[in-house]
Formats: sequence, C-alpha cells, structure tokens
Amino acid sequence: MKKGVSTILCGALLGLSFNAQAEGVLRLLTWKGYAPQPLVEKFEKQTGVKVQITYSNNEEMIAKLRATRGAGFDLAQPSQDRIASVQAKFRLYQPIDYSKVKTGQIVPSMLEAVKKNTRVKDASYAVPFAYGTSGLIVNKKAAPDATDYTALIDPAYKGRISYRLKRPTLIAMAFALGDDPFAKYSDPDAYKQLMERVRDKLIEAKPLVKNYWSNGDSLLEMMRSGEVTVAMGWDNGGWKLHAENPDLDFVAPKSGALGWIDTFAIPAKSKNIDAAYQWINFMLAPENAAFFTNQEKYGTASRDAGKHLNPEIRANFERSFSQADIDNIKWYPPVPAKIEQIEGKILDQIKAAR
Amino acid sequence: MFLKSGLEQPARLGLWLLLAPVILWLALLIIIPHIELFLMSLRVEDDWGEAAWSLDNYRHFFEERLYWLTFVRTAAYSLLVTFLTFLVTFPVAFYITKLARPKAGMILMILLLLPFWVSELVRVYGWMILLRESGVINHFLVSLGIIDTPMEMLYNDAAMLLGLVYTSMLFMAVPLISSLEGMDDSLIEAAHDLGASKWVIFTRIVIPYAAPGITSGSIVVFMLTLGNYLTPNLMGGKNSLWFTEQIYNEFIASFNWNQGAAFGFLLLLLSSFIVWLGLRLSGQSLGKALS
Repeated sequence: MKKGVSTILCGALLGLSFNAQAEGVLRLLTWKGYAPQPLVEKFEKQTGVKVQITYSNNEEMIAKLRATRGAGFDLAQPSQDRIASVQAKFRLYQPIDYSKVKTGQIVPSMLEAVKKNTRVKDASYAVPFAYGTSGLIVNKKAAPDATDYTALIDPAYKGRISYRLKRPTLIAMAFALGDDPFAKYSDPDAYKQLMERVRDKLIEAKPLVKNYWSNGDSLLEMMRSGEVTVAMGWDNGGWKLHAENPDLDFVAPKSGALGWIDTFAIPAKSKNIDAAYQWINFMLAPENAAFFTNQEKYGTASRDAGKHLNPEIRANFERSFSQADIDNIKWYPPVPAKIEQIEGKILDQIKAAR
Repeated sequence: MFLKSGLEQPARLGLWLLLAPVILWLALLIIIPHIELFLMSLRVEDDWGEAAWSLDNYRHFFEERLYWLTFVRTAAYSLLVTFLTFLVTFPVAFYITKLARPKAGMILMILLLLPFWVSELVRVYGWMILLRESGVINHFLVSLGIIDTPMEMLYNDAAMLLGLVYTSMLFMAVPLISSLEGMDDSLIEAAHDLGASKWVIFTRIVIPYAAPGITSGSIVVFMLTLGNYLTPNLMGGKNSLWFTEQIYNEFIASFNWNQGAAFGFLLLLLSSFIVWLGLRLSGQSLGKALS
C-alpha cells in the first residue's frame, strides 16, 4: 500500500517535470507592458512554447542574473546602456547569433547602434526592441510653464511634483544645470562632483516633492487625480494620459529628453535558446510590433511596423517633439563601471536628507 | 547494557529523523547562506576590479554618517513602534481575556486575526487608499466641511508609524493574551480587598504577571519592524530611508554586494545587541519569555 502511494507520487512528479520539458517554456525577464497578453497567447499558439513572465527593471534584472550567474531566465530585456560593463564584469549574457535573428525586420541604424554599444571584445550582446524617452509628464492646465527639468525643483509646483529616485533623474537634472553628464562618464572624479551639485539641488528642493514614485501605474494614477501636476516620466505614460484627458501630456524638456533603447539579451545559462530567438523574431515582426506600440505607445525597433500603426501614435510624437527636440534627445551611452556606485551613494544621501 | 542500548538506538534514530527537516532547513537555508554572506562582507574590490580581503565594508558603516544615522533612526523608530504597539494592544488583550464573556472574547480574537488573512502589501495599500490626498478620509472631511481643501496625510513619519504599528499589532496581542489568560482573577480581587488602587494593581500585579508575554511580544515586534521594508517605503515615502532599504540599495542600485552583505550582518548584530540589552534592563530572560 505504502509502496503504491509512493509510486504514484513519483509518477506524478515525473509527469510534471516531463510535461514542462515537452512543451518548452520561455522564461522571460522583462519590463511591465513589454509582453502584452494577446501577443503571448498568439506566440504560444504558433510555437507551442509556454511563456513565463517576470516583471523587473534594469537594476533588478542585473541583480537577479548576477545572483545566479546568468541562470533562471531564457531571455532578458535590459536597456542597451546597461549591458557592456556588467557583461565585462559578471558575464551574465551570451553573444547574440545575429544569423538567427531576422535582422531585415529591424531598423538598421538602431541595430547598428545597439551592436556597437553592447560590444564586449569580439561579440555583441543585444538586439533592439523598443525605444522611448524620459522627460516631463505635465498637467498643462495646472503647470503651463513646465518646459524643462527645472520645473521639478520649482517652488511654484510645491507638493505637486513627483519623480523616480533613480539615475535618470540625476542625469536629467545635470543637463538642466547646463552640464553634460555623459561627457563626464569617463572621468569618475568630475562625474562625482557634478553629481554632488545635482544632489545639493535636489535636497534643497526636497520639501517641494510629493513623493518619489517607483511604480509607473501609481504615477499615472496620481496624475489622473490631480495630486501631481509635474512629474518626470516616460513618454508613453504621458501619451496614455493624453488619450484620457487632453490637459495631460508628455513634454520634451528644453535641455533634452533622455533617449533609451531596450533590448533583448540572452542570459548565459538560458535553457531554451531556440525559443528565445523565436520570441525575438516574433515580437519584431511588423504586425506584432505594431500591436505592441499601438497598445503601449512605446516606439518600436521594427522597421515595417509603421503601416500598421494607429494615426494617434504619429500625432503623439509630433505633438511632443519638434525637429529641434528630436535633435536634442540625449541618447544614453554605455554606463561605465564605478558610475553606479557614485550614483548609489548620492541617491541614498538625497533620500536620507530631511 | 546490551538491552538498554538496543532499546535506545531506534529511539535516537527516530529523533534524528524527526529533526532532520528542521536541521536541513536551518543548515541549507539559514546557516550556509549566512556564511557566504559573511565571507562576502569581508571582501572588497580594489580599483582594478580584483577582490581582496578587507574590513573596509564595516569601516564604511562607521565612517559614513549617513549609514549609521540611518541605522540609529531605524532602531529608534522600531523601539517607538514596539512601545506604541504595546500601548495600543494591552487594553485590547486585557479586555478580551478579563472583561469580555468567553464567547465575545473569541469573536474579538477572530476580528483581530481577520486583517492578517490578507498580505501585508494589500493592507498597506488599504491604508494608502484611506490616507491619500484624494482618499477616503479626506473626502469625508471635506464633504463634512471640517477642512476646505484635502490635505496630504501620507508620506510622513506619522503615517509610517501608523502603518508599522498596525502591521505588528497581532504579534503583540497573541503573546499578551496567552500570558494574561493564565492569570488567576482572584489575584486582582485579593488586591482589591486589601485596598490597592487600580494603578497599583496594574503595575504591581498585572504587568509583572504578563511580563513574559510582553517580552516575547516586544522582541517579535521589534525584530519585524526593524526588518520591515515595504511599509516604510510605501507609507513613509520620500523621508523614510529605512536600514533595510539601504541594504537593498547597496545590492540593487550600487551593485556593491559586499557592502550590502556587511550592512546585513551589522543589522543582525546590532539588533541582537538591542534585544539583549532590553532583556538585561528589564530583568527578563529569553528562555522565560519564549516558554
């Protein structure tokens, strides 16, 4: 009797693990909104591969993969500037085999830029997926004059300001002070001095801040309710709000919106590399990429998605960006080592200040 | 001799088998990771990215004002939360065990437990919905005409303390109730008969009797509060740098796992020290409190 039970148990356990193997699973480490449910279902139907999604951000992605030395996930989506230095140091990813990627689907200039920025020794480690900018999300009725990052430290909007206490805010504020933080990436001492100036500004203006947001949805919620009128955030968030309430919109700041490109990168110990490439090619196929962009409002790296896009997507972009604004976008260069520790300490000091 | 060991052998084996899950749990999930963390905390990277043994991570904690001030703040607030939790919970526990009828006491106990059936995150968001500027309380205050414009009640120390006390109430209430339940009511009656005032009864009879419960409740609440991450972060907002967040930042934002590991160990040591000090000052023993 006892034996019978344990046989059944073992059989059940084997069956479970067997099932998981046979179907194939793609464990995806990504940002919220990067794997819309309808696309996941379509992919699962097409390939028979089950997609398991874990939501994260750049810092946590690196930490998670570092803890397991690149295991636990089959595909990750870090920003292109956060790959080269951590790859050189911790070897989290494996080189991309570009022959398995349908590169014809991708905007060539973006592919080249990402290849160049994620190169370590002789290999590149990422495929571009989506791009966008960070700038201001503004309630134009309440804050008509918020046109640059300095609005985030402007007493006129006391108690109505919100931003993330993360590195983009420091960099944005450095640009607003008239400096160029990216030019100082290679000189840690100069960079540290610049960050200390930024820190002093932000600490001085801390009483004006309502809170430091950490979750994009909760920021949108505070903008909707009018609790926040000036925030630093991603362009797609501002555009989503604009569709609900024309007073709210994304504003490209005078000192330059911060441009990012998020990518696909394959962790070193990925167990399902084939599915990873399948997902990359699937997500960049024009109609799928267009579906993603229509829903989430992020720009896409897919070359021919344009003809499937809703007209409002174009309108959003043209409303927020003049040609001068586009030329002024500051694209993140690869982050060198050491910079993060400097910033980490600065962020702690700001948070601890009274 | 032969007989005796023959009888003892299987009993001892059984004991080991029974203990095996606990020992494995402790060794694999607590002791081994802590050893690794400890070794990590003793290593630093030099300018060339090479790892070397050093006490620098610990030195940083004491040299950098920010770090130990955050720790002192966290510890002080945790003590305050422990005390406030005791103040709030003691009357409740006393009412449930001594004043309410047994059936009513049961129902009250269940009411006390009920909020803990949902996760801490949900409870914290519940408080945020109540307290936020466009939240429920503000809505009522404005519509009743008590205030003209909604005010922000979140993102300050008071909101954070409220959240922390609420989160830890149950962990104080249960040991208090179980220690008060064992108390014979005739002790209080006898004191009354001998002419003791309410205050004297409370301080000389009830408190000493409940002391083990107070001690174990306080230890649990203090440790939980000190190690909390969610509540200070969400309800305290911009001013709530908690020591656990400092550890998180070292690991996640600065990629400095060695420093983070050192902070983790310091948190463990310093909190153990505070508990030890508390036990010494109050004349309680850990063994008695836990029994």
